[in-house]
Amino acid sequence: MSLLIYGTITSIILALYAVGFSLAYGISGLANFAHGALYILTGYLVWAFLNQLGLPYFLSAPLSVVIIGFLGFVLYWGLLLRVRGVPLAELIVTFAAGVAILELLMWKGFYGIQYSLPLFVRGGVKLGGVAVDYQRLFVVGTGIVLIVLLYLFVHHTKIGLAFRGMAQNERTALSVGIESDWIGSLSLAVGSALAAVAAVVVLPLGVMESAIGYEVLIYALAVAIIGGLESTLGMIVGSFIIGFGQVATARYLGPKWMIIVPLTAIVLVLAIRPSGLFGQFKELEERI
Amino acid sequence: MAEGEARYRKKRLDRGIKARADTIFAIASYKEILYLALPRALPVIILFSLPFILTGYWGKVLVYACVYGLLALSWDFLASCGLFSLGQAFFLGIGAYIAGTLSYYFHWPPVITLPIATIGGGVISAALLSPVVRLRGVYFAMVTLMLPMLFMKMIETTGIFGGAQGLSALKPLAKGWVGTYLMISVFLACLFIFRRIINEDYGLVLRAIRDDDRAVMSAAINIYWRKIQALFVAGAVGGFAGAFLTHHYQFVGMSVFALDYSILPVAAAALGGPGTFAGAALGSMILVPLSEALRALSGLRIAIYCVIMILSVIALPEGIFHYIERKYHQFERLVRVG
Repeated sequence: MSLLIYGTITSIILALYAVGFSLAYGISGLANFAHGALYILTGYLVWAFLNQLGLPYFLSAPLSVVIIGFLGFVLYWGLLLRVRGVPLAELIVTFAAGVAILELLMWKGFYGIQYSLPLFVRGGVKLGGVAVDYQRLFVVGTGIVLIVLLYLFVHHTKIGLAFRGMAQNERTALSVGIESDWIGSLSLAVGSALAAVAAVVVLPLGVMESAIGYEVLIYALAVAIIGGLESTLGMIVGSFIIGFGQVATARYLGPKWMIIVPLTAIVLVLAIRPSGLFGQFKELEERI
Repeated sequence: MAEGEARYRKKRLDRGIKARADTIFAIASYKEILYLALPRALPVIILFSLPFILTGYWGKVLVYACVYGLLALSWDFLASCGLFSLGQAFFLGIGAYIAGTLSYYFHWPPVITLPIATIGGGVISAALLSPVVRLRGVYFAMVTLMLPMLFMKMIETTGIFGGAQGLSALKPLAKGWVGTYLMISVFLACLFIFRRIINEDYGLVLRAIRDDDRAVMSAAINIYWRKIQALFVAGAVGGFAGAFLTHHYQFVGMSVFALDYSILPVAAAALGGPGTFAGAALGSMILVPLSEALRALSGLRIAIYCVIMILSVIALPEGIFHYIERKYHQFERLVRVG
């Protein structure tokens, strides 16, 4: 029972990590390697608003999300626009930007126990004999609501339609009047904002470290490789595979082997279905 | 510019010495021989004479520059067949730990451990990465980014190979100049061999895999096997650098998987110009002394590399080496248009 509950919680957390990354990559083909750094930066921003400016939580959290979203937007117009279409340069720029953010925060000394965020809600509840605290339940709720909202946004709004058009074929989208730079930057902004939302709800569970930044990136990538990129379903299934795999590994082999799960899952999936579990033909072309 | 105003454009002309191809020259005088030989001989002469001039601290920096240079060369070799690695530390770490364990548990001298670590590093890197050679570009980069961190975590948690303490009191390299000159010669040999290989048929196939792997497949060439070969070469070069560092420090620990070793080679190649090897070598010769000079800002070092990387990718995407090469081989003059 506890395996089931904690597996679900871990999987939802992974889905939260991955959703922004998959969205930005699926739409604009930009792999945002700064994803993990933006995640940690959000945590720091919230902390700074709370403790240095004295803002209340319900104000500082959305404010940080908006700022990070805007940062994603700026990242596109300031840096990525100039190297668009050169995969190597895109990769170097986003990765370097991410590492620079993480290292700057480390240099400033913003890691450690005193920088942890407070929980929204204290206390817990017993579900079928397993103690779960409210914060984790809140994370699960946020994850589900976010994915549903995102689905509705992408499938029932005009911008969502433009997103899907871009994802299918950038040039055709351009020819029907969808400005690809605008939509690309928007997708990066939304992706970054989603990373920020994940940070706001998940970070209170642990401490802030630069290692977490890389971990978030790695899990986002692993989920993306396993699930296939265009389908939301693939992303969810991917995160559940890794999530349950990790919880089961931690239970039966010990927590130190947890880190191996994403890599093993990637290798297995590549051996069985190279395009990812729910990948379509287009991704097959791109990936192998 | 307004209409009617005199407009100029830059016209570039190759120097008259080149015949048909980039590598075939029509030489008519000693001057032209010198013109061709100088850029090739100069780095060799400079690197071999530097140990006499630089002693003590900066002499060590020269060795590190060569170690990083080897990693940058290995990165460039992988990149030239379309495999973008963000985890050069992985290759370095494998070589370092092979040399370290052999030296620590079996007390073998560097003469034996260096070649074993080179070959073994290549084999292990190629074997471990062979399941993911089907991945391209960003996806391969993701996996290579994960690997060094994974190994670091595994060594830390399981405590194998000395765990977090590392293995110390290993056999040193021979005293005196031997270590320095060994490193410099390997570095230069690698540079010239890679530059030659990439223009031979073998390198042509590798570059074609980067540009259009479907076309290479349709020519009945097994691209995965070629990529594994490229991984072996890159892994062997990185492994040698790692084994050298192990014996140089007489210590091997988790720090060989550190991010420094992954970031700096990419930064060096980006600064010097990817795809030429000389660019990667030049970049590391600039960046490593720079980072030593900036040692006071030690915490900021990686951040500075990143800024250099971004600036060079955006402002000078061709890299320093391409720029110098163009200036050296071509006349430039302004011609009037219209």
